[in-house]
Amino acid sequence: MNYVFEFNVVWDHLPELFEGALLTIQLSATAMALGLLVAIVCAYGKSAGPRPVRWLVAAYVELIRNTPFLVQIFIFYFSLPVIGLRLTANTAALAAMTVNLGAYASEIVRAGIEAIPHGQVEAARALGLKRLQIFRFIIIFPALKTVYPALASQFILLMLSSSVVSTISAVELTAITNSLASTTFRSFEFYFVATGLYLAMALGFRAGLSAIYWAVFQRGRAA
Amino acid sequence: MARSFGTAEFLFLLEAIPSTLLLSLGALAGGAIVGLFVAILRIVPSRPLRWLATGYIGLFQGTPVLMQLFVTYYGLAVLFRIQVDAWPAVLLAFSLYSGAFLGEIWRGSIEAIPRAQWEAAECLSLSFPKQLWYVILPQAARISIPPTVGFAVQLIKNTSIAAIIGFVELTRAGQLMTNATFEPMIVYPIVAALYFILCWPLSLLAQTLESHIDVALGIKQHF
Amino acid sequence: MSLLALNNISKRFGVHQALTEVSLAVEPGEVVAIIGRSGSGKSTLLRCINGLEWPESGTIEFDGKPFEPSPRRLKALRREIGIVFQSYNLFPHLCVERNITLGPTAAKGMTLAAARELARKVLRMVDLEDKTAAYPQQLSGGQQQRVAIARALAMEPRLVLFDEITAALDPELIGEVVRVLDKLARDGMTMVLVTHEMGFARRSADTIVFMHQGRIWEKGRPAKLFGAPATAELDSFIDAILFVDPSARRRVG
Repeated sequence: MNYVFEFNVVWDHLPELFEGALLTIQLSATAMALGLLVAIVCAYGKSAGPRPVRWLVAAYVELIRNTPFLVQIFIFYFSLPVIGLRLTANTAALAAMTVNLGAYASEIVRAGIEAIPHGQVEAARALGLKRLQIFRFIIIFPALKTVYPALASQFILLMLSSSVVSTISAVELTAITNSLASTTFRSFEFYFVATGLYLAMALGFRAGLSAIYWAVFQRGRAA
Repeated sequence: MARSFGTAEFLFLLEAIPSTLLLSLGALAGGAIVGLFVAILRIVPSRPLRWLATGYIGLFQGTPVLMQLFVTYYGLAVLFRIQVDAWPAVLLAFSLYSGAFLGEIWRGSIEAIPRAQWEAAECLSLSFPKQLWYVILPQAARISIPPTVGFAVQLIKNTSIAAIIGFVELTRAGQLMTNATFEPMIVYPIVAALYFILCWPLSLLAQTLESHIDVALGIKQHF
Repeated sequence: MSLLALNNISKRFGVHQALTEVSLAVEPGEVVAIIGRSGSGKSTLLRCINGLEWPESGTIEFDGKPFEPSPRRLKALRREIGIVFQSYNLFPHLCVERNITLGPTAAKGMTLAAARELARKVLRMVDLEDKTAAYPQQLSGGQQQRVAIARALAMEPRLVLFDEITAALDPELIGEVVRVLDKLARDGMTMVLVTHEMGFARRSADTIVFMHQGRIWEKGRPAKLFGAPATAELDSFIDAILFVDPSARRRVG
């Protein structure tokens, strides 16, 4: 084996890699926030909405969960312009990630909602609270607390799958790594280090999400 | 000169499906061998071995599949100093990936077997390997079937990522057809539909199996 | 030389002292019934006898040989000491016959044909000869427990331990299991049982051991312990048991 590893080239370009990592984090964090909103709305619709809404959400979830993320991205970026909706690469990436996360997360949130003891809902109804109020005050907070670990795992999965948006030239870590690798011909070294950066981000996200859990759900609250 | 999307183009897509399925099956087989090894390493009395298995799982669950593909592909090229064929690199990468996830699933199944079963086998004077072979693994195997089928769906979807390094499977075929016909609004939804036809029945199967196998109540008569 | 000798064993779980300086000798053919309130250390004591728990101090000797924590020694030990659990712990994926032949074939190298013959013999002993092809889920609790007893007997042990084997059974199913215990005792099997079945203890046990707070509080023949308890603790225990089971008062009183 005559290949000589030359990681120096990589270290020279670390600032660009870090910038890529930052872009990945920004993209993922935005998609997480938006996706969670979508998930909550869909979960509410699936558990408390009229039958057509329930069916619609179910169809949305099954469609997303049984097709590849890459194909979903292609549809957002390449197919939509045909019917007049032209998105930039990064916007298409964000949209695809939000829609994708929304489907998976809505199932997780729905499980949390259904885990709320029925007695609580009945008590709230007896106190005269309206449906939306019940959802806001009695259901969604404990539900999210219960399913937080599953949600956190899904979020990290989303961050990792963001690397695929590089195929439509959205700017994030993988895209930057691709261009650096092709200009320096040190592909293995660059991808190796980029993988390490993703691993670090995954660990970082897990820590950050744990901190959020503590801040939101455990600081002096009774429930 | 753009072609219009007709039967020939649709057949081109269909002809890529065997590649998708073959890759999935191959990765599942390779991953099964690795996964069984990893699952058992996770439960042996030796702590360094357990850490090794945990690290392996963490590595593949904490990094993007695309990165794993790139590192394997360029890593193999580096090791063998030749332009590696897409098939071996992709098969190896997806086998290692599957091995990590299957290992984690199967470890969960093994740990779902009550401690009492281990004790009963131990008290019949069976050695640890024999306890696994005669008592624990047969029961764990049955429990592991629904999540394993669920992972198979995930695997089929993830083979789409191989398109990014040029491996011709269903998604790559879609890209090629889009380039030839300039009809992304026709091609990609069809590709999505084809994946849906492959994945949805498996998803339903996994859900049905889930309801037939209940760890708490013991294995039902269907098996 | 006793078949089994426990010398001053003590066992702690975290801050909880489960056993304190317990000594007990069991002779071949002897039937020892261990009674006491929950938390008195009875099950811990039993589980020390076949190595499922390890005392911090004290020694245990079987056949004159002291216990060693090596896997090989434990394997050899468990060929001689069998155990029947409260929740039977049958293997749900195997039929009754295979549950019974697994130990002899996989651990003792017996041929399958010989093991099947043995299985038929032990199933006859527990009155379940016709259930060889059944699966555990198809049997009642009492039947499953009898299969568990047969499974232990198939290893041809010199000592069998019973860990509250009727405690998880519906009352009407207890009788069939106790009948088997009586038969085994009559046939000269060396048995150590943790039990609440005072009728059986009175009838078939040679020695009663009353445990309280991790120690052996009283030990002796049934007539003496039940008829004339020496300590207040045993007295109140008997009262508590008999209050629940008035029919036993006639038999023990």
